[in-house]
Amino acid sequence: MDFLRPASWEEALAAKAEHPTAVPIAGGTDIMVEINFDQRRPDVLLDLNRIGELQEWETGEETVRLGASVPYTRIMENLRAELPGLALASHTVASPQIRNRGGVGGNLGTASPAGDAHPALLAAGAVVEVASVRGTRLIPIDDFYTGVKRNALAPDELIRAVHIKKADGPQQFSKVGTRNAMVIAVCAFGLALHPETRTVRTGIGSAAPTPVRARPAEEFLAAALDEGGFWDNGKLIPPAVARQFAELVSGSASPIDDVRGSASYRRHALGVMARRTLGWTWDEYRGNERTIRCA
Amino acid sequence: MRVTFTVNGRPQEADDVWEGESLLYVLRERMGLPGSKNACEQGECGSCTVRLDGVPVCSCLVAAGQCQDREIVTVEGLAEHAKARTCGTGACGSAKGTGLDEAQQWQARPTDESVELSPIQQAFIDAGAVQCGFCTPGLLVAADELLERNAEPTDADIREALSGNLCRCTGYEKILDAVRLAAVRQEA
Ligand SMILES: Cc1cc2nc3c(=O)[nH]c(=O)nc-3n(C[C@H](O)[C@H](O)[C@H](O)COP(=O)(O)OP(=O)(O)OC[C@H]3O[C@@H](n4cnc5c(N)ncnc54)[C@H](O)[C@@H]3O)c2cc1C
Ligand code: FES
Ligand code: FES
Repeated sequence: MDFLRPASWEEALAAKAEHPTAVPIAGGTDIMVEINFDQRRPDVLLDLNRIGELQEWETGEETVRLGASVPYTRIMENLRAELPGLALASHTVASPQIRNRGGVGGNLGTASPAGDAHPALLAAGAVVEVASVRGTRLIPIDDFYTGVKRNALAPDELIRAVHIKKADGPQQFSKVGTRNAMVIAVCAFGLALHPETRTVRTGIGSAAPTPVRARPAEEFLAAALDEGGFWDNGKLIPPAVARQFAELVSGSASPIDDVRGSASYRRHALGVMARRTLGWTWDEYRGNERTIRCA
Repeated sequence: MRVTFTVNGRPQEADDVWEGESLLYVLRERMGLPGSKNACEQGECGSCTVRLDGVPVCSCLVAAGQCQDREIVTVEGLAEHAKARTCGTGACGSAKGTGLDEAQQWQARPTDESVELSPIQQAFIDAGAVQCGFCTPGLLVAADELLERNAEPTDADIREALSGNLCRCTGYEKILDAVRLAAVRQEA
Protein backbone atom coordinates (compact mmCIF):
# COMPACT_ATOMS: atom_id res chain seq x y z
CA MET A 1 0.00 0.00 0.00
CA ASP A 2 1.13 3.55 -0.72
CA PHE A 3 0.27 6.57 1.38
CA LEU A 4 0.27 9.84 -0.57
CA ARG A 5 0.18 13.14 1.28
CA PRO A 6 -0.30 15.96 -1.22
CA ALA A 7 0.33 19.40 0.29
CA SER A 8 -1.89 21.27 -2.16
CA TRP A 9 -5.06 20.80 -4.17
CA GLU A 10 -3.11 20.80 -7.45
CA GLU A 11 -0.84 18.06 -6.12
CA ALA A 12 -3.86 16.06 -5.00
CA LEU A 13 -5.45 16.27 -8.46
CA ALA A 14 -2.17 15.30 -10.10
CA ALA A 15 -1.84 12.32 -7.74
CA LYS A 16 -5.41 11.20 -8.44
CA ALA A 17 -4.78 11.47 -12.20
CA GLU A 18 -1.66 9.38 -11.86
CA HIS A 19 -3.29 6.82 -9.54
CA PRO A 20 -6.99 6.66 -10.48
CA THR A 21 -7.54 3.75 -8.07
CA ALA A 22 -6.16 5.75 -5.13
CA VAL A 23 -8.73 6.03 -2.35
CA PRO A 24 -9.00 9.51 -0.85
CA ILE A 25 -9.08 9.66 2.94
CA ALA A 26 -10.48 12.76 4.64
CA GLY A 27 -11.89 12.21 8.15
CA GLY A 28 -11.41 8.47 7.71
CA THR A 29 -14.64 7.69 9.55
CA ASP A 30 -15.93 5.51 6.72
CA ILE A 31 -12.74 4.31 5.10
CA MET A 32 -10.82 3.38 8.27
CA VAL A 33 -13.65 1.13 9.44
CA GLU A 34 -13.35 -0.79 6.17
CA ILE A 35 -9.57 -1.03 6.47
CA ASN A 36 -9.67 -2.05 10.16
CA PHE A 37 -12.11 -4.82 9.31
CA ASP A 38 -10.21 -5.99 6.26
CA GLN A 39 -13.12 -5.22 3.98
CA ARG A 40 -10.97 -3.06 1.79
CA ARG A 41 -7.29 -2.95 0.91
CA PRO A 42 -6.70 0.08 -1.31
CA ASP A 43 -3.38 -0.03 -3.16
CA VAL A 44 -3.00 3.71 -2.55
CA LEU A 45 -4.42 5.97 0.16
CA LEU A 46 -4.59 9.66 -0.73
CA ASP A 47 -4.61 11.79 2.43
CA LEU A 48 -6.52 15.05 2.01
CA ASN A 49 -5.87 16.41 5.53
CA ARG A 50 -3.02 18.68 4.52
CA ILE A 51 -5.10 20.62 2.01
CA GLY A 52 -6.25 23.60 4.04
CA GLU A 53 -8.83 24.95 1.61
CA LEU A 54 -10.89 21.75 1.84
CA GLN A 55 -11.50 22.64 5.51
CA GLU A 56 -12.71 26.15 4.71
CA TRP A 57 -15.96 27.67 3.54
CA GLU A 58 -16.86 30.92 1.82
CA THR A 59 -20.17 32.65 2.37
CA GLY A 60 -21.17 34.61 -0.74
CA GLU A 61 -24.20 36.76 -1.50
CA GLU A 62 -26.44 33.82 -2.30
CA THR A 63 -24.54 30.63 -1.65
CA VAL A 64 -22.12 29.00 0.71
CA ARG A 65 -19.22 27.18 -0.90
CA LEU A 66 -18.52 24.49 1.66
CA GLY A 67 -15.10 22.82 1.43
CA ALA A 68 -15.37 19.03 1.12
CA SER A 69 -13.62 18.34 4.43
CA VAL A 70 -15.26 20.93 6.69
CA PRO A 71 -16.10 18.78 9.73
CA TYR A 72 -19.74 18.47 10.79
CA THR A 73 -18.86 20.20 14.07
CA ARG A 74 -17.88 23.37 12.17
CA ILE A 75 -21.10 23.28 10.13
CA MET A 76 -23.21 23.00 13.30
CA GLU A 77 -21.31 25.78 15.02
CA ASN A 78 -20.89 28.25 12.18
CA LEU A 79 -23.46 27.72 9.45
CA ARG A 80 -26.69 27.26 11.38
CA ALA A 81 -28.24 30.45 9.98
CA GLU A 82 -27.16 29.97 6.36
CA LEU A 83 -27.64 26.21 6.11
CA PRO A 84 -30.17 25.24 8.79
CA GLY A 85 -31.14 21.90 7.22
CA LEU A 86 -27.56 20.72 6.84
CA ALA A 87 -26.64 21.99 10.31
CA LEU A 88 -29.51 20.01 11.85
CA ALA A 89 -28.57 16.91 9.88
CA SER A 90 -24.90 17.31 10.87
CA HIS A 91 -25.86 17.34 14.53
CA THR A 92 -27.48 13.91 14.21
CA VAL A 93 -24.34 12.27 12.79
CA ALA A 94 -22.74 9.76 15.15
CA SER A 95 -20.89 11.41 18.05
CA PRO A 96 -18.72 14.46 18.78
CA GLN A 97 -15.55 12.51 17.98
CA ILE A 98 -16.89 11.45 14.56
CA ARG A 99 -18.35 14.89 13.82
CA ASN A 100 -14.92 16.41 14.55
CA ARG A 101 -13.44 14.38 11.68
CA GLY A 102 -16.17 13.49 9.19
CA GLY A 103 -17.65 15.88 6.67
CA VAL A 104 -19.91 16.26 3.67
CA GLY A 105 -17.20 15.32 1.14
CA GLY A 106 -16.83 11.91 2.77
CA ASN A 107 -20.59 11.47 3.04
CA LEU A 108 -20.87 12.18 -0.71
CA GLY A 109 -17.87 9.96 -1.45
CA THR A 110 -19.48 7.02 0.32
CA ALA A 111 -22.91 7.94 -1.10
CA SER A 112 -24.67 5.60 1.31
CA PRO A 113 -28.46 5.92 1.13
CA ALA A 114 -28.25 6.36 4.94
CA GLY A 115 -25.86 9.33 4.83
CA ASP A 116 -27.45 12.15 6.79
CA ALA A 117 -26.16 15.04 4.69
CA HIS A 118 -28.02 13.81 1.60
CA PRO A 119 -31.64 14.66 2.50
CA ALA A 120 -30.53 18.16 3.52
CA LEU A 121 -28.49 18.66 0.34
CA LEU A 122 -31.37 17.41 -1.84
CA ALA A 123 -33.86 19.69 -0.07
CA ALA A 124 -31.60 22.72 -0.34
CA GLY A 125 -30.80 22.02 -3.99
CA ALA A 126 -27.01 21.78 -3.64
CA VAL A 127 -24.43 21.58 -6.42
CA VAL A 128 -21.32 19.43 -6.04
CA GLU A 129 -18.07 20.92 -7.34
CA VAL A 130 -15.73 18.18 -8.51
CA ALA A 131 -12.35 18.62 -10.14
CA SER A 132 -9.61 16.73 -11.93
CA VAL A 133 -6.54 17.76 -13.90
CA ARG A 134 -8.98 17.98 -16.85
CA GLY A 135 -10.99 20.76 -15.20
CA THR A 136 -13.94 21.44 -12.93
CA ARG A 137 -17.51 20.11 -13.16
CA LEU A 138 -20.56 21.33 -11.29
CA ILE A 139 -22.91 18.39 -10.67
CA PRO A 140 -26.46 19.16 -9.48
CA ILE A 141 -27.19 17.05 -6.41
CA ASP A 142 -30.13 15.45 -8.25
CA ASP A 143 -27.63 13.86 -10.66
CA PHE A 144 -24.97 12.96 -8.11
CA TYR A 145 -26.28 9.67 -6.66
CA THR A 146 -26.16 7.04 -9.38
CA GLY A 147 -26.79 3.79 -7.47
CA VAL A 148 -26.33 2.02 -4.16
CA LYS A 149 -23.14 3.61 -2.78
CA ARG A 150 -22.29 4.93 -6.23
CA ASN A 151 -21.85 8.49 -7.33
CA ALA A 152 -21.13 10.50 -10.46
CA LEU A 153 -17.39 10.94 -9.82
CA ALA A 154 -14.98 9.88 -12.56
CA PRO A 155 -11.94 7.86 -11.39
CA ASP A 156 -9.61 10.86 -11.65
CA GLU A 157 -11.96 13.30 -9.91
CA LEU A 158 -12.07 14.62 -6.35
CA ILE A 159 -14.80 16.58 -4.60
CA ARG A 160 -13.61 20.13 -3.97
CA ALA A 161 -16.71 21.70 -2.41
CA VAL A 162 -20.47 21.79 -2.23
CA HIS A 163 -22.34 24.93 -3.23
CA ILE A 164 -25.49 25.38 -1.19
CA LYS A 165 -27.93 28.27 -1.52
CA LYS A 166 -28.32 30.19 1.71
CA ALA A 167 -31.72 29.36 3.16
CA ASP A 168 -34.46 31.68 1.91
CA GLY A 169 -36.97 30.04 4.22
CA PRO A 170 -37.32 27.50 7.04
CA GLN A 171 -35.65 24.10 6.73
CA GLN A 172 -35.97 20.98 8.84
CA PHE A 173 -34.36 17.56 9.17
CA SER A 174 -35.78 14.56 10.96
CA LYS A 175 -34.32 11.11 11.53
CA VAL A 176 -35.64 7.91 13.08
CA GLY A 177 -33.27 5.70 15.05
CA THR A 178 -33.08 3.71 18.24
CA ARG A 179 -31.41 6.43 20.27
CA ASN A 180 -30.13 9.99 20.01
CA ALA A 181 -26.42 9.43 19.47
CA MET A 182 -24.47 7.08 17.27
CA VAL A 183 -27.31 5.92 15.16
CA ILE A 184 -27.57 5.09 11.49
CA ALA A 185 -30.91 6.33 10.24
CA VAL A 186 -33.73 3.82 9.95
CA CYS A 187 -35.02 6.53 7.67
CA ALA A 188 -34.63 10.29 7.47
CA PHE A 189 -36.38 13.24 5.89
CA GLY A 190 -35.33 16.76 4.99
CA LEU A 191 -37.66 19.59 4.00
CA ALA A 192 -36.86 23.10 2.77
CA LEU A 193 -39.38 25.83 2.03
CA HIS A 194 -38.25 28.22 -0.68
CA PRO A 195 -40.53 31.26 -0.38
CA GLU A 196 -38.57 33.21 -3.00
CA THR A 197 -39.52 30.76 -5.72
CA ARG A 198 -42.62 29.57 -3.89
CA THR A 199 -41.39 26.00 -4.11
CA VAL A 200 -40.63 23.28 -1.61
CA ARG A 201 -37.94 20.63 -1.85
CA THR A 202 -37.51 17.37 0.01
CA GLY A 203 -34.94 14.65 0.61
CA ILE A 204 -35.47 11.08 1.76
CA GLY A 205 -32.71 9.01 3.38
CA SER A 206 -32.43 5.25 4.01
CA ALA A 207 -35.62 4.38 2.16
CA ALA A 208 -34.50 3.77 -1.42
CA PRO A 209 -31.32 2.51 -3.17
CA THR A 210 -30.08 6.11 -3.24
CA PRO A 211 -31.06 9.30 -1.44
CA VAL A 212 -34.10 10.61 -3.34
CA ARG A 213 -36.50 13.51 -3.50
CA ALA A 214 -40.25 13.10 -3.13
CA ARG A 215 -41.10 15.05 -6.27
CA PRO A 216 -44.83 14.30 -6.43
CA ALA A 217 -45.13 15.50 -2.83
CA GLU A 218 -43.17 18.67 -3.62
CA GLU A 219 -45.33 19.45 -6.64
CA PHE A 220 -48.55 18.76 -4.81
CA LEU A 221 -47.60 20.97 -1.85
CA ALA A 222 -46.33 23.84 -4.00
CA ALA A 223 -49.59 23.81 -5.97
CA ALA A 224 -51.74 23.61 -2.82
CA LEU A 225 -49.87 26.49 -1.16
CA ASP A 226 -50.18 28.57 -4.31
CA GLU A 227 -53.88 27.90 -4.87
CA GLY A 228 -54.79 28.73 -1.28
CA GLY A 229 -52.69 31.91 -1.35
CA PHE A 230 -50.89 30.48 1.70
CA TRP A 231 -47.51 32.10 0.95
CA ASP A 232 -49.25 35.50 1.23
CA ASN A 233 -51.95 34.96 3.82
CA GLY A 234 -49.75 32.76 6.05
CA LYS A 235 -52.80 30.73 7.10
CA LEU A 236 -52.52 27.34 8.75
CA ILE A 237 -52.13 24.50 6.28
CA PRO A 238 -55.33 22.41 6.29
CA PRO A 239 -54.85 18.93 7.78
CA ALA A 240 -56.04 17.32 4.54
CA VAL A 241 -53.19 19.00 2.63
CA ALA A 242 -50.63 17.91 5.23
CA ARG A 243 -52.02 14.36 5.13
CA GLN A 244 -51.85 14.18 1.34
CA PHE A 245 -48.28 15.56 1.42
CA ALA A 246 -47.30 12.88 3.94
CA GLU A 247 -48.85 10.13 1.84
CA LEU A 248 -47.05 11.30 -1.27
CA VAL A 249 -43.73 11.37 0.61
CA SER A 250 -44.30 7.78 1.81
CA GLY A 251 -45.19 6.77 -1.71
CA SER A 252 -42.01 8.26 -3.17
CA ALA A 253 -39.80 5.90 -1.16
CA SER A 254 -38.92 2.37 -2.18
CA PRO A 255 -37.71 0.96 1.12
CA ILE A 256 -36.61 -2.58 1.91
CA ASP A 257 -36.85 -4.76 5.00
CA ASP A 258 -33.52 -4.97 6.79
CA VAL A 259 -32.05 -5.28 10.29
CA ARG A 260 -32.81 -1.66 11.09
CA GLY A 261 -36.47 -1.69 10.13
CA SER A 262 -39.15 -3.07 7.85
CA ALA A 263 -40.23 -1.45 4.60
CA SER A 264 -43.70 -0.76 5.92
CA TYR A 265 -42.36 0.84 9.11
CA ARG A 266 -40.12 3.06 7.02
CA ARG A 267 -43.03 4.19 4.86
CA HIS A 268 -45.08 4.92 7.94
CA ALA A 269 -42.27 6.82 9.68
CA LEU A 270 -41.58 8.88 6.56
CA GLY A 271 -45.19 10.02 6.50
CA VAL A 272 -45.01 11.02 10.15
CA MET A 273 -41.75 12.92 9.62
CA ALA A 274 -43.13 14.64 6.52
CA ARG A 275 -46.19 15.86 8.41
CA ARG A 276 -44.15 17.01 11.42
CA THR A 277 -41.45 18.81 9.47
CA LEU A 278 -44.12 20.53 7.40
CA GLY A 279 -45.78 21.71 10.61
CA TRP A 280 -42.49 22.98 12.08
CA THR A 281 -41.34 24.79 8.94
CA TRP A 282 -44.74 26.31 8.25
CA ASP A 283 -45.04 27.56 11.83
CA GLU A 284 -41.66 29.20 11.44
CA TYR A 285 -42.65 30.71 8.10
CA ARG A 286 -45.89 32.12 9.53
CA GLY A 287 -43.98 33.49 12.52
CA ASN A 288 -41.57 35.30 10.24
CA GLU A 289 -44.35 36.59 8.02
CA ARG A 290 -46.18 37.99 11.01
CA THR A 291 -43.10 39.78 12.33
CA ILE A 292 -42.43 41.23 8.90
CA ARG A 293 -46.00 42.43 8.54
CA CYS A 294 -46.06 43.94 12.03
CA ALA A 295 -42.79 45.78 11.48
CA MET B 1 6.56 4.23 6.31
CA ARG B 2 7.97 6.49 9.03
CA VAL B 3 5.65 8.79 10.98
CA THR B 4 7.04 11.71 12.99
CA PHE B 5 4.69 13.44 15.37
CA THR B 6 4.34 14.84 18.87
CA VAL B 7 2.82 12.66 21.55
CA ASN B 8 2.09 14.16 24.96
CA GLY B 9 4.45 17.03 24.30
CA ARG B 10 7.38 14.91 23.11
CA PRO B 11 8.56 14.47 19.53
CA GLN B 12 8.22 10.82 18.53
CA GLU B 13 9.06 8.68 15.57
CA ALA B 14 7.40 5.46 14.54
CA ASP B 15 9.11 3.26 11.95
CA ASP B 16 7.82 0.52 9.67
CA VAL B 17 4.26 1.76 10.06
CA TRP B 18 1.91 -0.01 7.68
CA GLU B 19 0.09 2.51 5.48
CA GLY B 20 -3.35 1.36 6.58
CA GLU B 21 -2.45 1.35 10.25
CA SER B 22 -4.52 3.37 12.71
CA LEU B 23 -3.16 5.93 15.15
CA LEU B 24 -4.55 3.72 17.92
CA TYR B 25 -2.41 0.79 16.81
CA VAL B 26 0.70 2.95 16.64
CA LEU B 27 0.10 4.34 20.12
CA ARG B 28 -0.57 0.97 21.71
CA GLU B 29 1.74 -1.35 19.83
CA ARG B 30 4.62 0.89 18.74
CA MET B 31 4.77 3.66 21.36
CA GLY B 32 3.98 1.43 24.34
CA LEU B 33 1.07 3.66 25.34
CA PRO B 34 -1.77 1.25 26.10
CA GLY B 35 -3.93 3.83 27.88
CA SER B 36 -6.09 4.39 24.81
CA LYS B 37 -8.23 1.29 24.58
CA ASN B 38 -9.19 -0.80 21.60
CA ALA B 39 -12.70 -2.10 21.92
CA CYS B 40 -14.51 -1.80 18.61
CA GLU B 41 -12.15 -0.33 16.00
CA GLN B 42 -15.16 1.23 14.32
CA GLY B 43 -15.78 4.51 16.09
CA GLU B 44 -18.71 3.24 18.12
CA CYS B 45 -17.32 3.14 21.66
CA GLY B 46 -14.97 6.10 22.13
CA SER B 47 -12.57 4.14 24.35
CA CYS B 48 -9.73 5.11 21.98
CA THR B 49 -10.42 8.87 22.22
CA VAL B 50 -7.34 11.10 22.00
CA ARG B 51 -6.77 14.75 21.13
CA LEU B 52 -5.45 15.41 17.61
CA ASP B 53 -4.23 19.00 17.44
CA GLY B 54 -6.51 19.62 20.41
CA VAL B 55 -9.60 18.01 18.89
CA PRO B 56 -11.10 14.84 20.42
CA VAL B 57 -11.15 12.03 17.85
CA CYS B 58 -11.40 8.26 17.74
CA SER B 59 -7.79 7.22 17.22
CA CYS B 60 -8.96 3.94 15.68
CA LEU B 61 -10.31 5.94 12.71
CA VAL B 62 -7.30 8.16 12.09
CA ALA B 63 -4.70 6.74 9.72
CA ALA B 64 -1.29 6.98 11.35
CA GLY B 65 0.09 8.74 8.26
CA GLN B 66 -2.45 11.52 8.76
CA CYS B 67 -0.70 12.39 12.06
CA GLN B 68 2.61 13.37 10.48
CA ASP B 69 3.82 16.62 12.14
CA ARG B 70 0.71 16.80 14.31
CA GLU B 71 0.14 16.80 18.04
CA ILE B 72 -1.47 14.00 20.00
CA VAL B 73 -2.49 13.97 23.64
CA THR B 74 -3.44 10.63 25.16
CA VAL B 75 -4.74 9.78 28.61
CA GLU B 76 -1.11 9.20 29.68
CA GLY B 77 -0.42 12.88 29.02
CA LEU B 78 -3.64 14.22 30.49
CA ALA B 79 -2.20 15.28 33.85
CA GLU B 80 0.56 17.29 32.17
CA HIS B 81 -1.89 18.70 29.64
CA ALA B 82 -4.25 19.87 32.38
CA LYS B 83 -1.36 21.30 34.37
CA ALA B 84 -0.04 23.25 31.40
CA ARG B 85 -3.53 24.61 30.92
CA THR B 86 -3.90 25.91 34.48
CA CYS B 87 -0.41 27.37 34.29
CA GLY B 88 -1.60 29.35 31.27
CA THR B 89 1.65 29.65 29.36
CA GLY B 90 2.72 26.20 30.37
CA ALA B 91 5.84 27.82 31.80
CA CYS B 92 5.36 26.50 35.30
CA GLY B 93 6.06 22.98 36.43
CA SER B 94 7.55 20.55 33.96
CA ALA B 95 5.53 21.47 30.93
CA LYS B 96 7.67 19.35 28.64
CA GLY B 97 5.08 16.64 28.75
CA THR B 98 5.19 13.08 29.90
CA GLY B 99 8.21 11.32 28.53
CA LEU B 100 7.70 8.07 26.68
CA ASP B 101 9.78 6.17 29.22
CA GLU B 102 7.81 7.67 32.04
CA ALA B 103 4.52 6.96 30.29
CA GLN B 104 5.47 3.35 29.63
CA GLN B 105 5.99 2.92 33.35
CA TRP B 106 2.58 4.36 34.02
CA GLN B 107 0.30 2.21 36.10
CA ALA B 108 -3.08 2.79 37.58
CA ARG B 109 -2.45 3.43 41.25
CA PRO B 110 -5.38 5.62 42.12
CA THR B 111 -4.86 5.57 45.86
CA ASP B 112 -1.15 6.32 45.74
CA GLU B 113 -0.84 9.98 46.68
CA SER B 114 2.49 10.30 44.89
CA VAL B 115 0.95 9.80 41.46
CA GLU B 116 -0.03 13.07 39.95
CA LEU B 117 -3.46 13.05 38.36
CA SER B 118 -5.40 15.61 36.39
CA PRO B 119 -8.45 17.10 38.13
CA ILE B 120 -10.79 15.04 35.94
CA GLN B 121 -8.96 11.81 36.82
CA GLN B 122 -9.15 12.62 40.53
CA ALA B 123 -12.85 13.46 40.17
CA PHE B 124 -13.55 10.10 38.49
CA ILE B 125 -11.93 8.32 41.43
CA ASP B 126 -13.65 10.44 44.05
CA ALA B 127 -17.07 10.06 42.44
CA GLY B 128 -16.71 6.30 42.02
CA ALA B 129 -17.02 6.61 38.24
CA VAL B 130 -14.59 3.79 37.50
CA GLN B 131 -15.63 0.16 37.61
CA CYS B 132 -13.85 -2.14 35.14
CA GLY B 133 -12.10 0.94 33.83
CA PHE B 134 -12.04 0.01 30.17
CA CYS B 135 -14.06 3.02 29.06
CA THR B 136 -12.31 5.39 31.47
CA PRO B 137 -9.36 6.67 29.39
CA GLY B 138 -11.61 7.72 26.51
CA LEU B 139 -14.12 9.33 28.85
CA LEU B 140 -11.35 11.22 30.66
CA VAL B 141 -9.99 12.68 27.44
CA ALA B 142 -13.47 13.66 26.25
CA ALA B 143 -14.54 15.10 29.61
CA ASP B 144 -11.30 17.04 30.04
CA GLU B 145 -11.79 18.65 26.64
CA LEU B 146 -15.35 19.60 27.56
CA LEU B 147 -14.19 21.35 30.74
CA GLU B 148 -11.43 23.09 28.82
CA ARG B 149 -13.93 24.60 26.40
CA ASN B 150 -16.89 25.00 28.73
CA ALA B 151 -16.16 25.72 32.39
CA GLU B 152 -19.80 25.52 33.45
CA PRO B 153 -21.38 22.72 31.47
CA THR B 154 -25.06 21.96 31.88
CA ASP B 155 -26.14 18.34 32.23
CA ALA B 156 -27.18 18.46 28.59
CA ASP B 157 -23.70 19.71 27.63
CA ILE B 158 -22.10 16.84 29.55
CA ARG B 159 -24.37 14.23 28.01
CA GLU B 160 -23.70 15.56 24.55
CA ALA B 161 -19.93 15.74 25.04
CA LEU B 162 -19.83 12.14 26.30
CA SER B 163 -22.37 10.74 23.84
CA GLY B 164 -19.61 9.08 21.81
CA ASN B 165 -18.28 7.09 24.78
CA LEU B 166 -19.87 3.84 25.87
CA CYS B 167 -19.66 2.44 29.38
CA ARG B 168 -21.07 -1.01 30.08
CA CYS B 169 -20.60 -0.93 33.87
CA THR B 170 -21.52 2.27 35.62
CA GLY B 171 -24.86 3.28 34.18
CA TYR B 172 -23.27 6.71 33.58
CA GLU B 173 -24.69 8.43 36.67
CA LYS B 174 -21.37 8.38 38.54
CA ILE B 175 -19.62 9.55 35.41
CA LEU B 176 -21.91 12.57 35.22
CA ASP B 177 -21.21 13.15 38.94
CA ALA B 178 -17.48 13.06 38.25
CA VAL B 179 -17.68 15.68 35.52
CA ARG B 180 -19.85 17.92 37.68
CA LEU B 181 -17.38 17.48 40.53
CA ALA B 182 -14.42 18.43 38.34
CA ALA B 183 -16.33 21.47 37.08
CA VAL B 184 -17.09 22.65 40.60
CA ARG B 185 -13.49 22.11 41.76
CA GLN B 186 -12.23 23.94 38.68
CA GLU B 187 -14.37 26.92 39.66
CA ALA B 188 -13.07 27.00 43.22
C1 LIG C 1 -19.49 5.08 14.55
C2 LIG C 1 -19.92 5.75 13.29
C3 LIG C 1 -21.15 6.34 13.20
C4 LIG C 1 -21.56 6.98 12.04
N1 LIG C 1 -22.79 7.56 12.02
C5 LIG C 1 -23.18 8.23 10.92
C6 LIG C 1 -24.43 8.91 10.92
O1 LIG C 1 -25.15 8.94 11.90
N2 LIG C 1 -24.80 9.55 9.78
C7 LIG C 1 -23.99 9.55 8.68
O2 LIG C 1 -24.36 10.15 7.68
N3 LIG C 1 -22.79 8.92 8.66
C8 LIG C 1 -22.37 8.27 9.75
N4 LIG C 1 -21.16 7.64 9.75
C9 LIG C 1 -20.38 7.59 8.51
C10 LIG C 1 -19.34 8.69 8.32
O3 LIG C 1 -18.99 9.31 9.53
C11 LIG C 1 -19.84 9.77 7.35
O4 LIG C 1 -20.18 9.19 6.12
C12 LIG C 1 -18.80 10.88 7.11
O5 LIG C 1 -19.43 11.94 6.43
C13 LIG C 1 -17.61 10.45 6.30
O6 LIG C 1 -16.72 11.54 6.16
P1 LIG C 1 -15.14 11.32 6.25
O7 LIG C 1 -14.49 12.60 5.93
O8 LIG C 1 -14.78 10.70 7.54
O9 LIG C 1 -14.94 10.27 5.08
P2 LIG C 1 -13.75 9.22 4.67
O10 LIG C 1 -13.89 8.00 5.48
O11 LIG C 1 -12.45 9.96 4.78
O12 LIG C 1 -14.15 9.01 3.21
C14 LIG C 1 -15.38 8.40 2.85
C15 LIG C 1 -15.41 8.13 1.35
O13 LIG C 1 -15.43 9.33 0.62
C16 LIG C 1 -14.30 9.44 -0.21
N5 LIG C 1 -13.87 10.84 -0.14
C17 LIG C 1 -13.63 11.60 0.97
N6 LIG C 1 -13.33 12.86 0.63
C18 LIG C 1 -13.37 12.92 -0.72
C19 LIG C 1 -13.15 13.97 -1.68
N7 LIG C 1 -12.83 15.22 -1.30
N8 LIG C 1 -13.29 13.68 -2.99
C20 LIG C 1 -13.63 12.42 -3.38
N9 LIG C 1 -13.85 11.40 -2.54
C21 LIG C 1 -13.73 11.64 -1.22
C22 LIG C 1 -13.29 8.44 0.34
O14 LIG C 1 -12.43 7.95 -0.63
C23 LIG C 1 -14.20 7.35 0.86
O15 LIG C 1 -14.60 6.52 -0.17
C24 LIG C 1 -20.72 7.01 10.91
C25 LIG C 1 -19.44 6.43 11.00
C26 LIG C 1 -19.03 5.82 12.17
C27 LIG C 1 -17.67 5.23 12.25
S1 FES D 1 -12.00 1.52 19.55
FE1 FES D 1 -12.15 3.45 18.58
S2 FES D 1 -14.19 3.96 18.97
FE2 FES D 1 -14.12 1.96 19.75
S1 FES E 1 -16.33 1.16 33.84
FE1 FES E 1 -16.51 -0.69 32.73
S2 FES E 1 -17.08 -0.02 30.75
FE2 FES E 1 -17.15 1.79 31.91
